[in-house]
Amino acid sequence: MDKLKQHFINREEEVISIKDLYKSFENLDVLKGINFSLYKGENVAILGKSGTGKSVLIKIIVGLLKPDKGHLQVLGKEVNTLSKRELDALRLRIGFSFQSSALYDGMNVYQNLAFPLRMNLKNLSKKDINLAVERVADAVSLKDKLSQMPSDLSGGQRKRIGIARTLILKPEIMLYDEPTAGLDPITSTEIIELINQVQHRFNTSSIIITHDLTCAKCTSDRIAMLLDGKFSKVGTFDEVFETNDNQIKEFFNYNFM
Amino acid sequence: MKTRKYIFSRRIDAYFQAVYEAYKFVLQFWKESFRRPFHIRELVNQCFEIGVRALPLITLTGFIVGIVFTKQSRPSLENFGAQSWLPSLMGIAIIKALGPLVTGLICAGKVGSGIGAELGSMKVTEQIEAMEVSAVNPFKFLVITRVWATTLTIPVLVFYCSFVGLLGSSLNVWAVDSSSTLTFYQNAFSTITFVDLIESIVKSIVYGFTIGIVGSFKGYNATQGTRGVGKAANQAVVSAMFLIFIEEIVIVQIFRWIRFF
Ligand SMILES: Nc1ncnc2c1ncn2[C@@H]1O[C@H](COP(=O)(O)OP(=O)(O)OP(=O)(O)O)[C@@H](O)[C@H]1O
Ligand SMILES: [Mg+2]
Repeated sequence: MDKLKQHFINREEEVISIKDLYKSFENLDVLKGINFSLYKGENVAILGKSGTGKSVLIKIIVGLLKPDKGHLQVLGKEVNTLSKRELDALRLRIGFSFQSSALYDGMNVYQNLAFPLRMNLKNLSKKDINLAVERVADAVSLKDKLSQMPSDLSGGQRKRIGIARTLILKPEIMLYDEPTAGLDPITSTEIIELINQVQHRFNTSSIIITHDLTCAKCTSDRIAMLLDGKFSKVGTFDEVFETNDNQIKEFFNYNFM
Repeated sequence: MKTRKYIFSRRIDAYFQAVYEAYKFVLQFWKESFRRPFHIRELVNQCFEIGVRALPLITLTGFIVGIVFTKQSRPSLENFGAQSWLPSLMGIAIIKALGPLVTGLICAGKVGSGIGAELGSMKVTEQIEAMEVSAVNPFKFLVITRVWATTLTIPVLVFYCSFVGLLGSSLNVWAVDSSSTLTFYQNAFSTITFVDLIESIVKSIVYGFTIGIVGSFKGYNATQGTRGVGKAANQAVVSAMFLIFIEEIVIVQIFRWIRFF
């Protein structure tokens, strides 16, 4: 199930560029000098223990949280200087798949998928919306669940609908927060394949946050280890895996136990 | 070391912090209310939702309050030989005081807690953030629609509750005194002035706004996972009821001055 390297990575074009980024909550320093680049067409997996600030990092990328200091450019725009309207325009080009799926539980699956379209493209006809919804539901192979409520779906199905909902606006960057957490190996594999498909079909660049080494290995072109608020090691899976750093080794050994 | 004084001052700090947050929330509501986009469809949905949620209980309570209040008042009036005043008394009591207050309290319990729980669970399951990242302003879509919905719907419910209350009252009068129902309503409305009606409407609008904004505020600022949802729902009811009682007193007092001039 190794990753098929069919896609094209453009190492000249940075879609996300982070320099010396810091973030703390009250008296808890979470991120302490993050430096990182995501290139066009590339998938990068971010690994790290629970509570190291992985979710905080990608929330900063979409402007849900403000960093204390540092530079953050996404698709050529300095996120923290954007006005609300500019930030919204940027957010439409980024897909964010939440750790908890975050489906709107007052709406059925169809309404969930249609929501970003209905809200952002006002002059779309009902037929166009139908088509778009069916297209993304098909991409995650859940076309038959459109009339169900999120509470009736399994964890894996919810994750897939969550991903489909972000795909409907055809994002250029995808941010996955623990896409395989809490899923059985078979469902995980389906999600992993979905992530790879998304990269190929929609030509996106992605950040995949995960604890799951299989997921990291199979979806990513590079891996970044988040340790103590910094990326301690960035490289291909094998490069990071063959490190001598004890803390990284500990993480890998623990995961393979 | 955490002395008692230290803890006390932290509490006071937290209290004023909360008041300030609430103030900012209300300010944001007024600022964003009249700015595009308007989510009219969601507003209409919410109005129906509120109506459906509260209607059964309001019908039941309004009716029973009407009957019970009439039953309880009759002996006192009879002591003065004034039972013919019963319809007028009921008109005043129900339209001016009981209708708004009963509806307000029931809606605080049914609607306010519902909004608190709904927004609270949306907050702690990241649904509000999900809206934000899909470039939808969640404050506009969730809070503004709900607050306007309660502000517009609860006056209608108050009207309905007063109607049902008077119905219960008139049935009781009809059953006991076997007087005509038409006379009952004529007497009931004879003492109600225009200012009384305005007072009742003002009250119901203020209660509606209070219930919506308190529920939204508590839900929107929920923390601590699922426990926070319960807490938000609970606090929404308690705070809304508390505020409604205070508003009742203030509005009644203001209208006394208005009548005086
Ligand atoms: N809004 C917030 N306010 C205060 N502290 C926060 C906030 N968000 C996150 N934190 C803290 O920041 C730290 C990092 O949180 P984060 O959610 O990024 O962890 P994570 O690496 O994603 O962990 P997990 O793998 O469990 O999801 C945690 O200690 C958390 O308590
Ligand atoms: Mg996380």
